[in-house]
Amino acid sequence: MRRRLMMMVALGCGALALTDFAAHWDASATPSPTSTAAPSGLVAQGHALFDSSCASCHGLSAQGISGRAPSLHGVGALAADFYLQTGRMPLPNPKAQPLRTSPAFSPSKIKALVAYVGSFGGPDIPTVQPSRGSLAEGQRLFGLDCAGCHTIQGQGGIVTGAIVPALNQATPRQVGEAVRIGPYVMPRFGEGELTGTEVNSLARYIQSIQHPDNLGGWGIGRIGPIPEGMVAWLLAAAALLLIARLLGERTSEQPERPPRPGGGA
Amino acid sequence: MSRVWKTIVMFVLWRTGGLRARGQQPEVDPSERHTGAPAWAELLVVAVLLLVPVAALAFVALFVLDPNTQLLGLALGTTLALLACALVLAGRWLVPQETKVEQRPRLADPDAAREVTEQAAEGVEGITRRRLLAGAAGVAGAGLTAAVVIPVAALGPGLEEQLRRTPWRAGRALVDEQGNPMLAADIIERSFQTAFPQGAGTAAEGGGQEDLGSPVVVVRVDPATLRLPAERADWAPQGILAYSKICTHAACAISLFRDPLSPSTESKGPALVCPCHYSTFDVLDGGSVEFGPAGRPLPQLPLTIDSAGVLRAAGLMSGPVGPSWWGDPS
Amino acid sequence: MNHTAKDRPGDAVAFVDERLGAARGMRWLMDYVFPDHWSFLLGEIALYSFVVLVLTGTFLALFFDPDTTQTVYHGSYHALQGQSVSNAYASTLHISFDVSGGLLARQVHHWAALVFVAAITLHLLRIVFTGAFRKPRDINYFIGVTLLALAILEGFAGYSLPDDLLSGMGLAIAWAVAMSLPLIGGPFATALWGGRFPGSTAFESRLFIAHVFLLPAIIGGLIAVHLAIIMRQRHSQFPGPGRREDNVVGTPMWPGYALRSLGLFAAVAALLVLMGGLIQINPVWLWGPYHPYIGTNGAQPDWYLGWLIGALRLMPNLEIHAFGHTFVPNPFFGGVLFPGIVFGLLYALPWLDRRFISRDYRRHDLLERPRDNPRRSALAAALLSAVAVVFAAGSADRLFFQFGFGYEGAVWFFRGAFLVVPVITYLVTKRVCAGLAREQAHPLRGWSGHVVIRNRSGGFDADAEAIELDTAER
Repeated sequence: MRRRLMMMVALGCGALALTDFAAHWDASATPSPTSTAAPSGLVAQGHALFDSSCASCHGLSAQGISGRAPSLHGVGALAADFYLQTGRMPLPNPKAQPLRTSPAFSPSKIKALVAYVGSFGGPDIPTVQPSRGSLAEGQRLFGLDCAGCHTIQGQGGIVTGAIVPALNQATPRQVGEAVRIGPYVMPRFGEGELTGTEVNSLARYIQSIQHPDNLGGWGIGRIGPIPEGMVAWLLAAAALLLIARLLGERTSEQPERPPRPGGGA
Repeated sequence: MSRVWKTIVMFVLWRTGGLRARGQQPEVDPSERHTGAPAWAELLVVAVLLLVPVAALAFVALFVLDPNTQLLGLALGTTLALLACALVLAGRWLVPQETKVEQRPRLADPDAAREVTEQAAEGVEGITRRRLLAGAAGVAGAGLTAAVVIPVAALGPGLEEQLRRTPWRAGRALVDEQGNPMLAADIIERSFQTAFPQGAGTAAEGGGQEDLGSPVVVVRVDPATLRLPAERADWAPQGILAYSKICTHAACAISLFRDPLSPSTESKGPALVCPCHYSTFDVLDGGSVEFGPAGRPLPQLPLTIDSAGVLRAAGLMSGPVGPSWWGDPS
Repeated sequence: MNHTAKDRPGDAVAFVDERLGAARGMRWLMDYVFPDHWSFLLGEIALYSFVVLVLTGTFLALFFDPDTTQTVYHGSYHALQGQSVSNAYASTLHISFDVSGGLLARQVHHWAALVFVAAITLHLLRIVFTGAFRKPRDINYFIGVTLLALAILEGFAGYSLPDDLLSGMGLAIAWAVAMSLPLIGGPFATALWGGRFPGSTAFESRLFIAHVFLLPAIIGGLIAVHLAIIMRQRHSQFPGPGRREDNVVGTPMWPGYALRSLGLFAAVAALLVLMGGLIQINPVWLWGPYHPYIGTNGAQPDWYLGWLIGALRLMPNLEIHAFGHTFVPNPFFGGVLFPGIVFGLLYALPWLDRRFISRDYRRHDLLERPRDNPRRSALAAALLSAVAVVFAAGSADRLFFQFGFGYEGAVWFFRGAFLVVPVITYLVTKRVCAGLAREQAHPLRGWSGHVVIRNRSGGFDADAEAIELDTAER
C-alpha cells in the first residue's frame, strides 16, 4: 500500500520520484544510470509504471523471474516498444500467448516504459523505411524466411503449439522490431542474416500485402483453397441446387401455369 | 425421445415438401398436354431475348476498350443469365406443357442371349485342348506385358543412388540463397537460416538450389541444452545445427522454426515444423519426430567451422533426404 | 418427297434424313421422356460445368507455356520483377495480366472445376441414397464413380500446372504419395517425374498433356458412354401416380425439356462467369513462384482433395520398417489406402447392396427414397460422415487459427471422431429413416404391412389377397 502511494506520488511529480528511484538503481547494479534530466524523468516515470504493471512477472528491476518471464535487461527499447505498441504486453497470465490487441497504455506511458526498459541497455528502436526497400526482394525474403509460418500473404497460420499472427496491422517499425526480437516462439534474425536494407524490403512487401490489389475480385481472405471451397459449396452449389429445384419440378400436382380462359383441362 | 424424433422428422418433411400426398393410384394415366401461351408471356420472352445482344455487345465493347476482369465477368454473366431467363420462361410459358408416358425397353432377351452363348461355344467346336490353348494365350499376354513393363525396371539399378543423392560432402561450405558463404558469427541464437552447398552445380547436375538434396536449415541453440546422440556430439559447433529442409513425410520444405523465447511458453523446446502436415521435429536431439505424421527423423548434417569462421559440412547427411519409399534403408 | 417452299423446318429435316436416314432417330430423341425431379439435374450441372471447362480451358491452353525452365521475370506484375520463376509461372502471370479476358477465363475455369466436382459428388449422393445404382444401372454407376476419380485427378493436374507456390507444394506431396506405393513406389514415381522431385523438365509437359488431352478425352468419352447408356435404359424415376417399373413419366425432350435444359446450361455458365469475374480464385501472383526449399503455412489443395490432406494430417506417425528397410512409408496410409478404401467401397456398393444390404438381385427402375432402405441409407451416411470428418480435419489448422482450438488436441479429437461419428451417424440415420417410414406407412408404395385375420381355431392367418396386392406392388 505504501509502495503504491509512493508510486502515485512518483507519477505526479518526476523530481521527487527521481531521488526515490535512484536508490533502486544502485540496488539493481545496473551500469551507469542515465543522469540527464529529461530522459531520467521519463525513465523514473517508466520505472514506476513498470513496478505496478509489469514487475509481478518480470521482477521489480526487470531481471526476470525464473519459470515465469524472461529478464528484460538488454532487450532494449526495441522490444519494449514492440510488445507495448502491439498490445502484446501486459499478458493476462504469464502462460498465455501474447497476441496483438489494442495497447494497454497511453502513448506517453508507453514512451516512459520504453525509456525505462531501454535504460538497461540493448538495441534501440530501429528506423525502417519501406520506401527504400525493393518489393521483389521483399517477396523473395518473405517467401524464404516468413511464409512458412505467416503464409505468403501474411494472413497468419499455426505452428504446433502456437498461433502465428496475421500481419494485417503490422507497421514497418513493428516488422523491423519483430525480426530482431523473435517474439514468443518466432525465430529471430541478426544483422548478419537480414540487413537493414533487407528489412526495409520485407516491410515494403508486408505493406503491399496489407493493401492487396485483388485484381480477381473479392479477395475471400487470400488464404487459398479453404475459402474457395466454401464459396464453391455454400454459394455456387447452393445457388445451383436452388436453380435445379426451380427448373426441375414441373409436377402435375402443382400446376405452375396460371389458369387461362379456354385453356385445357 | 420418440416425440423429438417425430418433430424433427416432420420438420424435415415439411421443409422438403415430403408431406405432399403421394397416394397409391396405380391405374392413373398421368399424360397431359396444355397449349397456348398468354400474349404478355410471349412479349416478356421477346423483351428478355432482345436484352441478350445488348449485354453481349457491352461485353465486346469492354473487351476492346477496357478488359477489366470484374466488368467483363459482369457483362458476360449478365448475357448468359438473360439467355437462361429467356429459355426457362419459354420452356415454362410458351411451348406446350406436356407430361408423356414412354414404355421402358425390356433390355434382356433370353432367347438371343442363349443363341449368343451357343454360337460362341460353336466357335471352339472340335478343339480338344481348349485349356492348353487358353494357357498358351495367357503366357503370350504375360510375356507381352513383361516386355512393356520391364524397361521401367531399367530405372532400378541407379534408382537408389538417384533418390538418395545429396551434394553434401565433408568440407563443402554452406552458402545462402544468394551464394554468400555463411559465417558462424552471423548465426545468432534462436535464428533460422536456409543454406545450400557451395559450388555443387545446377539442379540438373544434382546440386542446385532446386535439388531436394541441397537445402538445409541452420539454427543455433544454447549448446548446454543439446541432447544429441553421443556419436553426433561434435556435429553442432557452438550450438549451430543443420538439418535437411525437406520433410521426411511428404517432401514439403520445413519452413517453420518454433523456438520459445519465454520460459513460461507452453510449447515444448525448439522444433522445426513442416507447413503441410505439421510434422514437428525436435532440433535438440537430432531431429526426432515430436508430433505429426512423419515416420522418420529429419536427416542432420554434421557441421564444422573453418579458420575463416565459415560453416562447412563435416560429413554426410545422417540419413536419406526426403520421403521414404519401399526398400529405403531405414 | 414433295415439299413446298413454305415448309422450311421440313426442308431441314428432309435434308438430314435424305442423307443420314436420321428422322427416325430424331423422332425417338424428341419423344425421349425425362422424369420431373430436381435431383435429376445434378448430373446435368456437372455436364455443363464440363462444357464450360473445355471452352475456357481451350482458351487458356492457347497462352500457357508448360515449361519449368527457370527464367527471370520481367512482366507487368511489379512485385515479382527480376525474380527467378519458371516459364510456366510467367505465362500464367501473362494470361492473368496481359491477355484480354485472360484472368476472367482463368477464374471461370477454376470455379468451374470446383463446381464440376461438387456437382458430381451431389449427383453420386443422389444415386447412392435412392438406390439408382441397382441393376440395370450398375455399369453406368461404375462409369460415374470412375468419372469422379478422373475429375479429381484432372482438377489436381490443373491446380499443379501454374508452378506457383501452392501447386509446387501439392506436387511435392503427390510425389511423396506416389513414392509411398508399396514395391513399385520408387520406380513408379521416378518414371512419372523423370527423376527425383521436382523432376526433369519433361514432367511439366507430361502433366500438361494429361490435363489438356488425355484426361479430358477420357472424361469426355466416358460422359458420352454414360449418357448413351442412360438413353438406352431410359431414366429411372421416383414412384408416383401412373409411374411403374415398365414406363417413364415426365416431360418429353421436345420442346419442354430441351428448353429447360438449355436454360440450365445458360444458368450454370452465367453463375460461373459471374463468379469468375467477381470472386478471386487462386491468385497465383500473390502466392509467388515455387522452389522446393520454400513453403507457406497451411498449404491446402482444392476442396475435392481436402479429405486426402485431412487423412495425411490425421495419420499417426506409423511407418513400417523391418530388416533395415522401409516397407510402407507413412503417406501411403492417408494418401493411397484411405482413398482406396473409400473408392473401393463405392465400386463395391452395387455388389454389397445385392449381397448384404437389400439382398435383392432384381432389376429396378423405380427409385427408393432414403427412408425406404434404412440400412443402405445409414451405411452410406456413415461412410459419408467418415469422409466428412477427415475432410474437416484437413482444415484443423485454420480452426486453431480462427477459434483457438489447439492443433494437437484437434488432431486427437478428429482421430476419435473418425471412429465414433460414423457409428453415431449410422444409428441416427437408421432411426430417422425408420421413423419416416413409420410415419407414412410406406409413403411411396402405400401401405406395406400384412393383413392378419384371426381364424376360428384362435390362430392367425395372413390375408392372402392383401399380401399378393402388396408384393405385386413391389
